[in-house]
Amino acid sequence: MKTHEQFGEDLALFALGELANSERQEMEEHLQTCAACRRELQALRGDLGLLGLTSTGPQPPARSKERLMRAIAAEPRGVSAPAPAELPRRALWWAWAPTLAAAAFFVFGIGMWRMNRGMQDQLAELTNRNLDQSVQLESLHDQMRLLTSPDAVHVSLNPEKMPKQPTGTAIFSPKQKRMMFMASNLPAVPEGKAYELWIIPMQGAPIPAGVFKPDEHGNAMMMDHEMPPGVEARAFAVTVEKEEGSDKPTSPIMLMGATG
Amino acid sequence: MGRGDAADEMRLVARIRAGDQQAMSELYDRYSKVVYAVALRVLQDAGGAEDVLQDVFLQLWRNPDAFDASRGSLAAWLAVITRHRAIDRIRKRKPETDIEECVIAGGPDLRDETERSLLVEKARGVLAEMNPAQRAALEMAYFQGLTHTEIAEKTGEPLGTIKTRIRSGLQQLRAKLAG
Repeated sequence: MKTHEQFGEDLALFALGELANSERQEMEEHLQTCAACRRELQALRGDLGLLGLTSTGPQPPARSKERLMRAIAAEPRGVSAPAPAELPRRALWWAWAPTLAAAAFFVFGIGMWRMNRGMQDQLAELTNRNLDQSVQLESLHDQMRLLTSPDAVHVSLNPEKMPKQPTGTAIFSPKQKRMMFMASNLPAVPEGKAYELWIIPMQGAPIPAGVFKPDEHGNAMMMDHEMPPGVEARAFAVTVEKEEGSDKPTSPIMLMGATG
Repeated sequence: MGRGDAADEMRLVARIRAGDQQAMSELYDRYSKVVYAVALRVLQDAGGAEDVLQDVFLQLWRNPDAFDASRGSLAAWLAVITRHRAIDRIRKRKPETDIEECVIAGGPDLRDETERSLLVEKARGVLAEMNPAQRAALEMAYFQGLTHTEIAEKTGEPLGTIKTRIRSGLQQLRAKLAG
């Protein structure tokens, strides 16, 4: 079995499509479980893309664009034109049929044209909304990258000449049933121990919501955690417990905050 | 924002997602030259390069979600997909890379036309300054689609040396562009 480092060495060859079938399959399996290699592969593809962009050459022949646009027109997406309907054949005695059909199709055509305009407006709005969401998503990605970066330095600001106090912030959404927790200035825990976060419900005993250990600067973070279903939180609390977590708090509450 | 910047590119991709054929025409005008250049460099055959050009843009039209506009640059992504498709053609094999799986990461610089031109110029400079044996290995792997075994046979160098040359050539490219 290859080590992570060996896979890392073969990533460039994988990105170039150079690995033999068995090695490629092994790499694909490794990539499913290794986020670091996935990130490196994406960066390598960026490098390879740039390498490709160094190519120079003539403009493609004009017929290429015509060919592409014809192919695209044959495969419309989004707002599609109505399929042409076949006119039923009628008996000769109904001489008005073509005129009536033409009039009906004219009215139908106007209706379709209006509907089409309306749909195009909706589509333009959806396109803009989609773009806004992409920009927002990109901004959120950046924020998450900063928050979760191992070299990110967290600085808590306190009144001068006051000793730093442990603090914690829980953010939760009852609707999404998700939560996250951040803490700072936490003292290191003894060997075999960890901090445990508790949800204090409106009724009943505290519910464990995850264990964590602070880093060397006293910071800790639990990102995007699932809330237990059907629980209405009255408060959140933190205690020191054994590192695998406890079912109920066994030490004095160190941090606590009410939701209301 | 002017034509060719990152937001403009995202808007264009969003319009293609909505099925706007005019947006596809604009995208073609913007990137067909580079797609054709990559295909032609790999295939050395104008007819084949035209077919690959057609295939790449049609794939994007059929499946625009395959490109993640919030991440890499469309130009770089198209270059990578084009190279893959051209090499599949040389090897007379079915497409091996699913375009949806081809996620690419790159600095936002690559999405801006002016910045991209500067970076591409810089990349050409890095290639020109590279040790000739290293550049040859990288170009044979990238533009001729030769496997490292084929390159080793062609150059008479050990397989491990070729692997190292390809890998360190790419590392050098990234390091010098970042510096």
